[in-house]
Amino acid sequence: MSDNQERETLLGGYRVLDLTNERGFLCGKILGDFGADVIKVEPPGGDPARNIGPFYKDITHPEKSLYWFALNTSKRGITLNIETADGREIFGRLIKTADFVIESFEPGYMDNLGLGYPALEKINPRIIVTSITPFGSTGPYAHYKASDMILWAMGGFMYLCGESGEPPCRISLPQSYFAGALHGAMGTMLAHFYRETSVEGQHVDVSMQEATIYFLMGASELWDLNKVNRQRTGAYQFVARPSPLGRLRLRNYYPCKDGYVVFAPGGGINRALTASSTALTEMADEEGMAGDLRDYNWRNFDSSRISQGECDHQSDIFARFFLTKTKRELYEAAMERKILVAPLTTIKELVEDPQLAAREYFVKVEHPELADTITYPGAPIKMSEAPWRISRRAPLLGEHNEEIYKKELGLSKKQLTILKAIKVI
Amino acid sequence: METKQVLTGVKCVDFSWVAAGPQVTRTLAEHGATVVRVESHRRPDTLRLNLVANKDFIPGIDRSAHAAVYNTNKYGMSLDLTNPKGREIAEKLIEWADVACESFGPGAMKRLGLDYEEARKIKPDIIYCSCTMQGQYGPHASFRGYGYHAAALAGFADLTGFPDGESALGHSAYVDYIAPWYMVIAVIGALKRRQSTGKGMYLDQAQLEAGPTFLAPAILDYTVNGRIMNRMGNRDPYAAPHGTYPCEGDDSWVVITVFTDAEWQGFCNAIGSPELSHNQKFATLMNRKENEDELDNLIKKWTTQHRAEQVVDLMQSNGVPAGRVYKAEDLFSDPQLKHREHYVYLEHQVIGRHAYDSGAIRFSKTPQRLWKAAPCLGEDNEYVYKEILGFSDDDISDLMAEGVITTEADLPV
Repeated sequence: MSDNQERETLLGGYRVLDLTNERGFLCGKILGDFGADVIKVEPPGGDPARNIGPFYKDITHPEKSLYWFALNTSKRGITLNIETADGREIFGRLIKTADFVIESFEPGYMDNLGLGYPALEKINPRIIVTSITPFGSTGPYAHYKASDMILWAMGGFMYLCGESGEPPCRISLPQSYFAGALHGAMGTMLAHFYRETSVEGQHVDVSMQEATIYFLMGASELWDLNKVNRQRTGAYQFVARPSPLGRLRLRNYYPCKDGYVVFAPGGGINRALTASSTALTEMADEEGMAGDLRDYNWRNFDSSRISQGECDHQSDIFARFFLTKTKRELYEAAMERKILVAPLTTIKELVEDPQLAAREYFVKVEHPELADTITYPGAPIKMSEAPWRISRRAPLLGEHNEEIYKKELGLSKKQLTILKAIKVI
Repeated sequence: METKQVLTGVKCVDFSWVAAGPQVTRTLAEHGATVVRVESHRRPDTLRLNLVANKDFIPGIDRSAHAAVYNTNKYGMSLDLTNPKGREIAEKLIEWADVACESFGPGAMKRLGLDYEEARKIKPDIIYCSCTMQGQYGPHASFRGYGYHAAALAGFADLTGFPDGESALGHSAYVDYIAPWYMVIAVIGALKRRQSTGKGMYLDQAQLEAGPTFLAPAILDYTVNGRIMNRMGNRDPYAAPHGTYPCEGDDSWVVITVFTDAEWQGFCNAIGSPELSHNQKFATLMNRKENEDELDNLIKKWTTQHRAEQVVDLMQSNGVPAGRVYKAEDLFSDPQLKHREHYVYLEHQVIGRHAYDSGAIRFSKTPQRLWKAAPCLGEDNEYVYKEILGFSDDDISDLMAEGVITTEADLPV
């Protein structure tokens, strides 16, 4: 353990039994990074997600999965087969000193093992159990077979993602799993606060489908009010308007000299947009590229009235100008001139972002087993007290079996040998 | 019936606007906190000015359902913070509050004399949240953008879409829907800590820092292996088929993902096509990956002849993960979302009865409660100025006459 462990944290002193699989890892990581003592519980053969790439130096090995590393920081690790009687007995003992259980099994799995919330509450009335599932613990789809992309689709975001006339698509990492896990951590925290006054735990039941809906940015409301389904428009922004005007497509993504930038032309009573469009027009005009926009008063821009033709004409002028500039040039101009334009960064540019460097955002975590240090994304929030920190790298398989089973639970070496032989740990 | 709520008795003054800040305080309000939202007719929230989802498609500061759903349960007051008397009133609210939230550009609250340093003089144990795009300091802190800029800067836009296409994330302010939940976690933690220490704290959140937590594996692939991840469309390295297929009907699609041998067997049963199930080309995952284009085309031929609901039913009953690509309307008819009571209908003074999102979490003992539609701008002035701040009717008239309490007359023309 690093000496960061000594600093006060938001969840220091509270223990989480983390039974999650890849659908819920991030929940345990969040609680652990905010200070909780998270014990990752894996089946004796290891969590299958240890085989998900990418891998450290492309060495395919269950102790070298970067996916596993990224999502299991600040956790210790034990192995335990809760499907066995011995395993459940040990789990029951661990529950007595735990404050939280988080899990992402199929609804009913824990209940069938006699380890559902009602059973755990009997052992420890303070326990908070957070279940993170595709659709929630109950309901007509509770037992639907799901994967991340299915939830992305059934949460409504997928339909909005992609070019019009082309297939809908996704972000290339499992966002629905991560969203469910983050809401799981938030729900856990709320239940934790309640427990302060009430001294009682409860069951926190998270749906990944519903977590995905939160990203929709008005699409639900557009249907609810106007019975219009927002369309995917790829590089464009979609503005719904009644007939005969019909929808407006406002270009947002523009190719530039070395990639893409995002910029939404606009104005009207939105001061920031008016200033932005005006400033960009001026910048283009300095190079004789503003065309007839140089005489346009952006204060008059009205997306509820403008014709598609005029809108496209404005975008075309900006598009030609953007092609003459690099991402860096445009981003710098954004800051100098208050133009609302930003580059589409690649992962490389994200990691090398000077703003994130100035904020000391990325953190180095020791991996003694690799004789290396790896750079991880850092704090999602900077707190003036009790700061966030990564206390340790993700656990090796069964790394803390001795610490927990022997030192804490008082099992003997002989008992541990037997339990291992019969595949309980 | 009185249901217990997590945050009953907690008070919050909300100076924030747009999406990231208000969703933080909305969550607090859903769990019983009293949240007072401070707005000004002179500078209305951008969301009140845009046309994402307006009653009858007409612009108007109180007609946006998109703006409304980020402000459930809050009391809305109008106040000009740039007026010295307005500032005094803001200070009174800080004194009243346990939590203060703002989301202006760095330095703005300082110029108003209402930043954390000033706030803690008034209320030493205040928990003060600042939500910005890139944080309170740094070379790009002054960049004034919207959520869709943050989504691009945080790497999401580049990683959305097909490898041979353009980025497809569109106008989405994606990271605005990641950051708030981290902030709520921190606020709750800070409130709890305050109970034992009596101390508050300052929470400085950059959306640019919260967002990348959802890209962590790709970040490690770069920092360790120097690999720059490319967007990969709808495929998955460990599954085949794994894609989105067109069905009968207008822009109707289904997602099918097969990860295991058992699921492949189920898929073959469901689709009933010997071309697929008896073909060595597709018998193993490795073979399916090698012949994935052909596989996808065959599946597409089949799905195009069926309705999406049929495809999903067939797949699910054969143990294959599948689901429809929902349009917004499908969310409102989805039986599972109805079971979860996802949409709660509240009566808004201008919009009328409309749907609010109840979120992703169900608590067995302390459910969130959505009980009040979002306020129109200044709707709750009487309640806030009289009941919370103790002003008299005459005081309020004076404040209105002096322009401290803003009115529709102050709207930008």
